[in-house]
Amino acid sequence: MPIQQLCTVAAATKLNDYAWHLVLEAGRMASMIRPGQFLHIKCGHSRMLRRPISICEWMGDEPEDLVSVVFEVRGDGTAWLSRRKPGDRLDVLGPLGNGFDVQRKGKYLLVGGGIGVPPMLGCVTPGSIAILGCRSADREMPALTEKFREECKEVILCSDDGTVGYHGFVDAQVRAVLEKEKGFTALLACGPKPMLRAVWRAAAEFGVPVRVSMEERMACGVGACLGCATPMADGTMKHVCKDGPVFNAEEVDWNA
Amino acid sequence: MPDIDMSVNLAGMTMKNPIVAASGAFGFGAEYGEFYDISRLGGICVKGLTPKRREGNPPPRIAETPMGMLNSVGLQNPGVDAFIEKELPQLKGIDIRVIANISGGTPEEYGEMCEKLSDAGVDMIEVNISCPNVKAGGLAYGTRPGLAAEVTEVARRHARVPVMVKLSPNVTDITEIARAVEGAGADAISLINTIRGMRIDLDTRRPILRMNTGGLSGPAVFPVAVRMVWEVAGAVKVPVLGMGGVSRGADAAEMMLAGAAAVAVGAACFSDPYAPVKTVDELAEIGRAQGLGRISELTGAVRAW
Repeated sequence: MPIQQLCTVAAATKLNDYAWHLVLEAGRMASMIRPGQFLHIKCGHSRMLRRPISICEWMGDEPEDLVSVVFEVRGDGTAWLSRRKPGDRLDVLGPLGNGFDVQRKGKYLLVGGGIGVPPMLGCVTPGSIAILGCRSADREMPALTEKFREECKEVILCSDDGTVGYHGFVDAQVRAVLEKEKGFTALLACGPKPMLRAVWRAAAEFGVPVRVSMEERMACGVGACLGCATPMADGTMKHVCKDGPVFNAEEVDWNA
Repeated sequence: MPDIDMSVNLAGMTMKNPIVAASGAFGFGAEYGEFYDISRLGGICVKGLTPKRREGNPPPRIAETPMGMLNSVGLQNPGVDAFIEKELPQLKGIDIRVIANISGGTPEEYGEMCEKLSDAGVDMIEVNISCPNVKAGGLAYGTRPGLAAEVTEVARRHARVPVMVKLSPNVTDITEIARAVEGAGADAISLINTIRGMRIDLDTRRPILRMNTGGLSGPAVFPVAVRMVWEVAGAVKVPVLGMGGVSRGADAAEMMLAGAAAVAVGAACFSDPYAPVKTVDELAEIGRAQGLGRISELTGAVRAW
């Protein structure tokens, strides 16, 4: 059950020229979080809509009750958010969405692309392998890459232009991993829709179940306004905020 | 000192207070029911219903605007029968007036839905002749007085509960439509639906909405809504449910002064899920501060120049 709460910013850091990392004192919210859920954050008085931002890490068992989010500046709302300083307070709704079902003993192939990398950190288990993609070296988030390296069995980097890690898209690395490693519980992915489609096609060749976290322009965040529709393969519409953001890949209409 | 009487009467339907959740912003009540007891509101206008299930428009359906937003949801809903079977029973168990919002492609479809919903026991029917996001029916009925009157007349004939007609602001003279639906038997009038708008992405040169245009709501439309409520309230004798950009008690009080008997809160929910209940509390506080015995004393009390 989501709650609305004022959260104090505990830390605000820049991960690269495009992405910011905010740590929030999230109180009761912190103990309710599942991997892949998001916070709906109000951005400034002149703005109308909240911004849905994926949760990166959380520590519900700590006295601080900290939750971190990572976002890129895409427009006026996120630009306002990027100017927040420690001590500032944010109006936060959350945790929202269904999230990934991650079993501690599971072995997952985690695939993140661009700003889809941070939410995968919450899905890490000791047996997991992570494939992290970005457009170019300046878009990598080294501080996060380091955390994946500390907790995953293996971390593979790649970039569209080859300036960091392997040259190429994440789906090529998905194929490479699945050719040599077996026994994955599932592939969990977050990133732009074309990337998710390519990843799903690659994993389908190996019979590995795929769950993807989708993005859409959103208003209410709780399933009331039906704004964040995403088309399903059976012709129906589901909603990223309440039905998702995580969907089984075979449910999604990848041609829409 | 006796507390202020917040109850109002909308076309024979009494409500414990004048604040209603607006259609399209509040689903069927369950989502915001997780945050608070929705029986604190006077009523709920449910998500717009159609004869059959509709999946709605392709995404993106939402675009932010200065102090507002565009939407092109396109009347996604499970259909009137599924609403009656799956959603209405829970709503009827809550102490809140249930107003069923309906859209049809022909006057006959409006009539059929009025029959079904009257039998099912809703408290009022809001006839939507003003949705800007669907091709058939919708806005076409709301911009032509003759068609608006025809739909109203059919709905009135088939409904056994009060019929409220929801008007579009996308017209030259809204009082002309208001008079037409009043003449055709409307028991109440609600306004305004959204104002047609558009936003374009500079880089892709694509409209942000997949349907190119959508309906504007939020605080940006509030003064337009107040003006239109004032015009309509002055032109007809039936009560008016005012809406459009209301996000706090002061807005609701202003809307009532312009002539609204009751006030709906819509897009404000997306910024603050508690907006409707806060509006109830703030409106009561305004009434007390002004020494009113009944909140309904505000209705139409504007001292126009």
